[in-house]
Amino acid sequence: MADLHLPGTLTPLFAGLPRRLDVEAATVDDAISELERQWPGLRDRLCEPGNLRTHIHVYVDRERATLATPLEPRSRVDVIAAISGG
Amino acid sequence: MPKTLVLVGTRKGAFLLESDADRRDWALRGPFCEGWPVYHAIHDAVTGTIYAAAASEWHGSAVWRSTDLGATWTLSSEGIAYDESSGRKLSKVSTLAARNGRVLVGVEAPGIFESKDGGETFSLLTTLAGQPGSEAWDDPANQPPGHLGISAIALDKSDDSRFWAIVQGIGLFETTDDGSTWTPRNRGLRADWPRPHEEVGFCVHKVVRSDDTRLFQQNHVGMHRSDDDGHTWTEITEGLPTEFGFAAAAHPHDRDTFYVVPLEPLHGRTMPEGRATVWQTKDAGSSWRPLTKGLPQEDAYLGVLREAMAIDSYDSPGLYFGTSTGQLFASNDEGESWSEIASYLPPISSVEVAVID
Repeated sequence: MADLHLPGTLTPLFAGLPRRLDVEAATVDDAISELERQWPGLRDRLCEPGNLRTHIHVYVDRERATLATPLEPRSRVDVIAAISGG
Repeated sequence: MPKTLVLVGTRKGAFLLESDADRRDWALRGPFCEGWPVYHAIHDAVTGTIYAAAASEWHGSAVWRSTDLGATWTLSSEGIAYDESSGRKLSKVSTLAARNGRVLVGVEAPGIFESKDGGETFSLLTTLAGQPGSEAWDDPANQPPGHLGISAIALDKSDDSRFWAIVQGIGLFETTDDGSTWTPRNRGLRADWPRPHEEVGFCVHKVVRSDDTRLFQQNHVGMHRSDDDGHTWTEITEGLPTEFGFAAAAHPHDRDTFYVVPLEPLHGRTMPEGRATVWQTKDAGSSWRPLTKGLPQEDAYLGVLREAMAIDSYDSPGLYFGTSTGQLFASNDEGESWSEIASYLPPISSVEVAVID
């Protein structure tokens, strides 16, 4: 089970979505598919067709990741809303 | 007694202001849409649903909706995307129009999506493909600042299959077959720059429908009027302090009365001489008069964006405009006098008004 951490900007959009949850997934893409299965519409908040959104950064065990990045059973996955401003 | 609802889209969410038919005292609610930048918020008079076009830098574009006048909100972007194979990227939903339960959504890169189920799902209606020069529309070098793509959709008063769309920096287009085919409607417009195609290359900012045959247009280089459904345009800038502006509104009961907010045309894009002024014509643009009573006349360098002025449908219509520095002004007497009904909102992108019985 990967240890998945989500940004606070997501939780108001999906009822019951926690900031942190365990996900059984082989890749980042699979993990997002699992989120989409439980909270329909969530993939579109993180991904454009084929890619992560420009300002959504994903780190797997502190390394910058893509949708194809594999997950280990105990990987920590951080999903970051990566820019800020006024 | 009817309720008057002003819908304000801002860079930090949507707000609603409510009053009665007198339109003197206002109560503000918001921010809604989780503080997402809202480009345009509208009210569908038939269904009573509020829609807000929003684009988050993080989470992409979506249309928020509320079926209970703002008490609860939900969002959807299902279907609002270009096919991966097209190579086109959808950066924002820019503008909305709604009628008879159908919602039209103008987006950047230029295209229009539609929803027939009250904003739950969407599908691509048109990209206006095949128009002169359209192969270059997605080139960033050809995009003016702001990148709204389809910056506005103007509906016909009675024919659901007919509407106009502005492609930002390119011009105005009309469809009479519900988006299947499009015709440029820019004849007679002025452009102070080279244009590779005869029929397009005009910087149209705002088009409003006055009656069954008349349209008014504020563009980058002047005010224009069409008395033949946009087939030809006549410039009516003379008498205004500048040729540049974004916002415009047409009187709902008098086809010759029309309102604009001229702005400095260069980098400033604020009201000339720091005097907040709405200009009115009552003779279809032959002459113009400034409306200033109640508006700040000193050190008021205010900007008003293209969707940020609205007019209501009462016998004596009320006018509303919002500024890019967060002030919202209202008039309940056709613009003769004004009051500031909100002072400290985020930068305002859009203002619309609904009269709800």
